[in-house]
Amino acid sequence: MEERRFAEVPRESIKLMAESSGVELSEEVAALLAEDVCYRLREATQNSSQFMRHAKRRKLSVEDLNRALRWSNTETICGYGAQDALPFRPLKEGELFFVEDREINLVELALATNIPKGCAETMVRVHVSYLDGKGNLEPQGTVPTAVQSLSEDLLKYYQQITRAILGEDPHLMKVALLDLQSNSKIAALLPYFVYVISGVKSVSHDLDQLNRLLHMVKSLVQNPYLYLGSYVRSLVSSVMYCILEPLAASINPLNDHWTLRDYAALLLSHIFWTHGDLVSGLYHQILLSLQKVLSDPVRPLCSHYGAVVGLHALGWKAVERVLYPHLPAYWANLQAVLDDYSVSNAQVKADGHKVYGAILVAVERLLKMKALSLTLAAEGSGAGLPGTTTGAVGFRENSPGLSPPSEPLSEPPLGIASHLQAGGAGCPWEEWTPVSLPAMYCELYSFFGDSLAVRFSTGPPLGGATPPGPCQPLEGRKEPASSAPNLENTRKMPQLTASMNISPRQDGSPRMEPQPPSLAATVPGRSLARSSSSSSVSRSRSSSSHPGRSTSQSRDIFPKARFPLPQAGPPAFSFIIGGRQMGRRCQGRRFQTSFTPTPPLTTHPPRAYAHKLPVIGRVSKPVRRWTCSHYSLHLPL
Amino acid sequence: MAAVQDGPMELDAEKETKPEILSDGTSNLSGNTASGTLSSSPLTAAPAGGAPKMEDQQTLIAVLQFLKRNKLSESVEILRREAGLGEHQEDSQATDGSGGGKGDGDGGDANSLLSRVFITSAAAPQSMLVKKDQPDVSVVLSAYSQQGDPPLYQVYYSGLKNFIESVLDCHRAELSQLFYPLFVHMYLELVYNNHETKAKAFFDKFSGDQECYYQDDLRILCGLTKKEHLKGNEVLLDFRTSRFVLRISRDSYQLLKRHLQERHNNQIWNIIQEHLYIDIFDGMPRSKSQIDSMSGSLAGEARREVNKAKVFYGLLKEPEIEVPLDDEDDEAENEEGKPKKKKTKKDSLGSKSKKQDPNAPQQNRIPLPELKDSDKLDKIMYMKESTKRIRLGPENLPSICFYTFLNAFQGLTAVDFTDDSSLLAGGFADSTVRVWSVTPKKLRKVKSTAELNVIDKESDDVLERIMDEKTASESKILHGHSGPVYGVSFSPDRNYLLSSSEDGTVRLWSLQTFTCLVGYKGHNYPVWDTQFSPFGYYFVSGGHDRVARLWATDHYQPLRIFAGHLADVTCTQFHPNSNYVATGSTDRTVRLWDVLNGNCVRILTGHKGPIHSLAFSPNGKFLASGSTDGRVLLWDIGHGLMIGELKGHTDTIYALKFSRDGEILASGSMDNTVRLWDSMKAFDEVETDDFTATTGHIHLPDNSQELLLGMYHSKSTPVTHLHFTRRNLLLAAGAYNSQ
Repeated sequence: MEERRFAEVPRESIKLMAESSGVELSEEVAALLAEDVCYRLREATQNSSQFMRHAKRRKLSVEDLNRALRWSNTETICGYGAQDALPFRPLKEGELFFVEDREINLVELALATNIPKGCAETMVRVHVSYLDGKGNLEPQGTVPTAVQSLSEDLLKYYQQITRAILGEDPHLMKVALLDLQSNSKIAALLPYFVYVISGVKSVSHDLDQLNRLLHMVKSLVQNPYLYLGSYVRSLVSSVMYCILEPLAASINPLNDHWTLRDYAALLLSHIFWTHGDLVSGLYHQILLSLQKVLSDPVRPLCSHYGAVVGLHALGWKAVERVLYPHLPAYWANLQAVLDDYSVSNAQVKADGHKVYGAILVAVERLLKMKALSLTLAAEGSGAGLPGTTTGAVGFRENSPGLSPPSEPLSEPPLGIASHLQAGGAGCPWEEWTPVSLPAMYCELYSFFGDSLAVRFSTGPPLGGATPPGPCQPLEGRKEPASSAPNLENTRKMPQLTASMNISPRQDGSPRMEPQPPSLAATVPGRSLARSSSSSSVSRSRSSSSHPGRSTSQSRDIFPKARFPLPQAGPPAFSFIIGGRQMGRRCQGRRFQTSFTPTPPLTTHPPRAYAHKLPVIGRVSKPVRRWTCSHYSLHLPL
Repeated sequence: MAAVQDGPMELDAEKETKPEILSDGTSNLSGNTASGTLSSSPLTAAPAGGAPKMEDQQTLIAVLQFLKRNKLSESVEILRREAGLGEHQEDSQATDGSGGGKGDGDGGDANSLLSRVFITSAAAPQSMLVKKDQPDVSVVLSAYSQQGDPPLYQVYYSGLKNFIESVLDCHRAELSQLFYPLFVHMYLELVYNNHETKAKAFFDKFSGDQECYYQDDLRILCGLTKKEHLKGNEVLLDFRTSRFVLRISRDSYQLLKRHLQERHNNQIWNIIQEHLYIDIFDGMPRSKSQIDSMSGSLAGEARREVNKAKVFYGLLKEPEIEVPLDDEDDEAENEEGKPKKKKTKKDSLGSKSKKQDPNAPQQNRIPLPELKDSDKLDKIMYMKESTKRIRLGPENLPSICFYTFLNAFQGLTAVDFTDDSSLLAGGFADSTVRVWSVTPKKLRKVKSTAELNVIDKESDDVLERIMDEKTASESKILHGHSGPVYGVSFSPDRNYLLSSSEDGTVRLWSLQTFTCLVGYKGHNYPVWDTQFSPFGYYFVSGGHDRVARLWATDHYQPLRIFAGHLADVTCTQFHPNSNYVATGSTDRTVRLWDVLNGNCVRILTGHKGPIHSLAFSPNGKFLASGSTDGRVLLWDIGHGLMIGELKGHTDTIYALKFSRDGEILASGSMDNTVRLWDSMKAFDEVETDDFTATTGHIHLPDNSQELLLGMYHSKSTPVTHLHFTRRNLLLAAGAYNSQ
């Protein structure tokens, strides 16, 4: 009797629904109604399946159900016709479930310029499948369908573009990428380009090609006329491949696959922030795969590095959710690698340092952002506060070339936040509870020791989403000769080439970051944003996008830091993580044992102690070719 | 979706009210003990409060009504006074009761009994009468409503079950057929009389015993627990009103009858009498597999006598057409041309038309349109093509061309090719019909009237001149429907296209102007399929309203309405001689209708799922039908027998087509495959001896694997339509499904 033969609507739900429309129902009425609702629902479903069968489909659509309803003189349900499944979520408090139904700004939609064009037209193509009942002459549909309908011109365009991008001529590539980014008539080619990009897997030995393909992704993503639709998934998987896979190119330590991973991570975050809404559950999937890689000890360190920068690029919440909880477990492995001084381990150890640095940067920003969000929450979210705006506008890694939309500081977009809460089935963050800032700091401090403290307290202030200066001198790879001074530093401070040391005993303890929002802080952030958005598309752009002023700034950073705070400009420090550790002893990490941290006071203005910090390292030559973001950690190898 | 036509609905309602009203009072009487536990709902709870009183009152009212009907107004007055009943109370009941009062021919038993009771006691003082007869009346009433003991239903059913399980094997299979209809009727009876918990218990106990092919019905049934639900569910209403047909040998039937009489098991006997039709035959009981192959439809098997009518399945005589000597063709064929031409003439004209098929209908049995010149030209083309036709066979399989609809976004619902394979039409879920030219010849519209006026009508190429070159394109879109288009069909002369849609209309489109000419309204509910007659002019449509209609293009009302299916008519097909129409339905039967008189001449049962495709063999003798269960069944139309079962597809079969000479049957399915079957072998192996023909007992060889000649995969493209070109090239069509 009690066995349920079909899904039932419990009477509690009926009561709730009635309540929401302002009707009180007695138990009995609710029970009766529930039963009737179930029956009617089943009836409607059965009827709708008829429409499905006659439409010669296997998948029951919302439209089918609506037809069944219409024919039984019931009002139809509008607004659920989207292709993607609407996420159905539980609310943590109370046993409430709801369909996430984000509001759409119709005005924006109506005035939007990127109306998807070139929805491929229905057409018929014929081919001989089987001749005399034998053999498949040509496999049907090996090419994405829309491609088969290309006009001559488009086909030519496609050939030219791919040739230019994948060819040798950097100038031609630049032009091609620029066009790809702005051409409004290439919708029909999209599947083809996506197909080409999915070829990353076959060129994993060729960093240059990978780079070009990534640039192609970027151009496509930035093209305002393209509606990526579900192709986002494919693009993301290609990018993820570059981030996470132990590429064939990384076998040779001379190949700078790290940069590629950084760039891909950046691209990933950009795709996600601009197009994440096209595919439901994308964020979740990305996080899951990153987490999977991170928790897989068999994966090489470069994969782990990719996972870390990927998480970092996805924002501090992602770091908090995935990386931070994972850290204790991961740390043991990393420590083992770093503590092994054998010669045979040298390469691995160098990789380990990369990962170490990446984690450091990631958690550092996590702390900063967390502190900042706390401060902002405390201050109230007055719209006029410069801090709020700055946070909203500027708090992102300002990636060269990419000008991704800002990551909202206080709360990531509803979709993400609630998504994380809801989690997936059996997802580890189901029971996730936020860790308080001090606790988090303590824990992180136990891992990183002073290197954390130093970087944390002296990092770029609020407004400077990027370390305004050229933080990553890329000495080793491109111009080894120029890194002479750097080498010296490295010798002194093998791990942190440019860093500041605090004197904790005098000062109390490292502080939480939250900087009082200041106008001064906002300025560089804005100018940076502007400069980066105006920069060009191609690879050369990414290398040149740092404005001169930041260079000069970085020069006088240290003097300023040492002396009473100059009001003129925000202290903009930049650091190099790790120097030339390869084959040398690495002692940087040892710092951590020297003092015990006390719980930080968030209210204390950080700059008060920041300027007292003596400088241990110094910034080496400003970067030329590669600009850096928070997490781009280019180690000279 | 209350897709019941008004007429039948009312009829049903009237029939329904009869037992309903009479049993109203008694359901409370007998169900009284149960009502305490049942009454979770306020609806039943309210009267349950004063249950005993209510019963009395209801009985009284019943008696009062009866008195009134018999014009015994005096006794009415007295009785009312005695019982202290208000006038209005009775009236309110009486209005309901009036429906049940009249015209109860079969219910006569009860009423005559009632009246007998009354008449005998009429002489007695009336006050006495009431007191004495009250129990009698209620007994009578409860006996009539034949649901006296709902708790006993389980006992009855399991009693029968035990009996059937204990009989000899040969009878068991036959008698097992009783399980399903009895089960359903008893369940419905319980539901109908508001024994919800009893019904549920009954269902849970016995639903597992039913044959697996009734699963779909059981699923609908189990959701149905309230009387109100019954009202909207026309399928089950049909089940109640129509009789489920069983074929049982005389021996088995005797066995059953004896058993039921011994046990005085009136309950079951009543149901059998009232709701089942047992077709008794003499001879050996059938085996389980024999029964299984024929059962599965909503209303049981077909009665033998319905399939006895003569069907003229032969082909009509081909019209005599002079094949003119075609110079071009001669040149192409060099010297050989001339002799070949003569041969052609003999072959195609002589063999077919000279000899009158004894099974063919009279040439003018139904009036057919006269051939126009263009039709004659087309016939000539056809004959020429057929000389080049490839002779197919197991050794010589056809080549397959796949027409893939790209970017159809899951919206392709129907496809049709013209007979000469020059045009392709697609019906789409977005209400459009699209026509493509499959040949390099583009589609052109006729010029506007103003432009037409200036044309030189005397010129030789006037037909060319009327076309507007500016409108030439590879495809045309026809807008007009307001719902998904579920069926499309080209006229044989390629001038018209029919489309049927969810909006309840069938539309006729001109392929000269690419505009809609007529909208045929009549179905009022979604029209699932439409099909042109092979001679044009007539067409048939079938839809959700459970009828198929025969139309002529120049009549806005249907010429025939083929009613009889118990559920939606899902697919329709004209017999090659245009005298018959076959329809497939969700009630899992195929019916063949006579166009001349609208009679149903064949009911073919055996499918276990809704039927979605039909195809006649080119010689008109056989019919193939494909259903959602992935099986193709082959039927001999003359004998009304199933002669083959082709298993292999794993999903709904949406397309069936015989090759031009009938040697090969091609089936296309949702499972993305096209399969070719050796239909010649399937038809040859059937031995239709007289015994089989008369009894209808078939032995199906399980030889699907031998008959399967080939299986061809498409790449995630369900096969929506199949078509053999005149030279026997197989064309398949479907929409590429990227997901």
